[in-house]
Amino acid sequence: MPQARSVGTRLIVLAATLVVTLAGCGGNPQSAPAPEQPGGGGVSGQITVFAAASLTEAFTEIGRAFDEANPGAEVRFNFAGSSTLAQQISQGAPADVFASASPKQLQTVVDAGAAGEPTVFVENLLQIAVPPGNPAGVTDLAAFGKPELTIALCAEQVPCGAAALEALQAAGVTSQPDTLEQDVKAVLTKVMLGEADAGLVYRTDVMSAGGGVEGIDFPEAQQAVNEYPIVTLTEAPNAAGAQAFVDYVRSEDGLAVLQRYGFVTDVG
Amino acid sequence: MTTTHADPAAPPTRPARARARRSARTGGLPAVLVLPALAGLAFLVVPLAGLVIEAPWGTLLDRLAEPAVFQALRLSLIAASAATVVCLVCGVPLAWLLARSDLPGVRFLRALVTVPLVLPPVVGGVALLLVLGRNGVIGQYLETWFGFSLPFTTAGVIVAEAFVAMPFLVIAVDGALRGADRRYEEAAATLGASRWLTFRRVTLPLIAPGIAAGSVLCWARALGEFGATITFAGNFPGETQTMPLAVYLALETDPEAAIVLSLVLFAVSVIVLASLRDKWISPTAT
Repeated sequence: MPQARSVGTRLIVLAATLVVTLAGCGGNPQSAPAPEQPGGGGVSGQITVFAAASLTEAFTEIGRAFDEANPGAEVRFNFAGSSTLAQQISQGAPADVFASASPKQLQTVVDAGAAGEPTVFVENLLQIAVPPGNPAGVTDLAAFGKPELTIALCAEQVPCGAAALEALQAAGVTSQPDTLEQDVKAVLTKVMLGEADAGLVYRTDVMSAGGGVEGIDFPEAQQAVNEYPIVTLTEAPNAAGAQAFVDYVRSEDGLAVLQRYGFVTDVG
Repeated sequence: MTTTHADPAAPPTRPARARARRSARTGGLPAVLVLPALAGLAFLVVPLAGLVIEAPWGTLLDRLAEPAVFQALRLSLIAASAATVVCLVCGVPLAWLLARSDLPGVRFLRALVTVPLVLPPVVGGVALLLVLGRNGVIGQYLETWFGFSLPFTTAGVIVAEAFVAMPFLVIAVDGALRGADRRYEEAAATLGASRWLTFRRVTLPLIAPGIAAGSVLCWARALGEFGATITFAGNFPGETQTMPLAVYLALETDPEAAIVLSLVLFAVSVIVLASLRDKWISPTAT
């Protein structure tokens, strides 16, 4: 029963993605009290990091390494869409660090006076995602203009959709999408289940899907590079911890993790 | 649970119930009930009032004139109504089965039917994709035999909404059936009516208020459906983008537009629900 097995494999990959996505969507960071360990090295206390959903896997790993290096400290994450996070911070959510998937979302926080000067720490490139085996034979962006294919894109209101639009414009393709999804993971799900023949997602998403989708690079991706800025917040309850975490993310160790998850760390 | 058959003239009459209500009213309401009731009311109403207060009233008309708003609203109303019809066609017989059959495991079935209530709608949407999607367990045959695929179509929206909303109807009708006086059905049977005739001419009229209440709940739930719809049917203006989806995406870039869309949905649902309630499910009208 090859069909059943392939559905089963997809289910497993999908379940894993769902768990990650749901974990990212849980708006409330865990409220476990931080055990204040006297005599811990370097920084201490809780460090609350608001990070874009696409950073979930990489930042979780970085956070674990950071906690190990700083026994008195505990990093807690709130993963969600960048605009949601920006809104939460503007409404006074007690965060120390904000890592956004787009400079625009972060700028609203800077404009509100809630953050200092942001620095771009990684970049993300778009990739064409197709179901395993590429049943529709997609090779480049031209496929996105074919009405007979089922195409999934992000809605242009969300960062991945705006980037997709730029890339498609650079390629001179008028896309014929069948659905405009609310975030990049939703596009990935549609492709992973084979409901869409092709979708535009980030390299990091293709990487996180394991074998669930295949990624195809295309030259126009360079026209729509997605910059990830990170910043410490002015109202940070733990300012020292915030700075230490940002430094750790931008350290060689931190960037190595990010690179492993598909991010471009060579950002000049 | 079983009513005694000794005194056929006993069923509580309408005037008696009305009298009881009146006496409760004149007796004055105990504060221990009124205070939490008011708190509950405020809890439900204040967020909606916030929506009204924050609305950009100055530009409201211009924003409402945008064709996208009308498009999403029309699709929402069509899809929610169609989903309610689907729920009625399948849900009423299902409720009848749950309430009237002596099948073993009917309690288990009843619990199973309510699962979509507790399932996060996004999970429901994924489940629908796995079954009815292009590569789904059933969907692959729809695709190969009929060249027909539900995701990314208006039909897909209706399926997703019906999946999430049907338990509301089934529970309401099931409750009405179990509360209905079975002696009328038994009388019809003794007079020689078939089960189908009894169902149509005796049971259905008896439980009509329950069906109406269930339909209204079901329609309201379908109208507000977001998670299963966007997961199963996707989001494309005019095809699958209902009002809740439009609201969610507007929130990303233009919160004021999101408030306007929410107000429209809010107003339409209040108007429809208020008019339906008066017509169908006020306790005096049967």
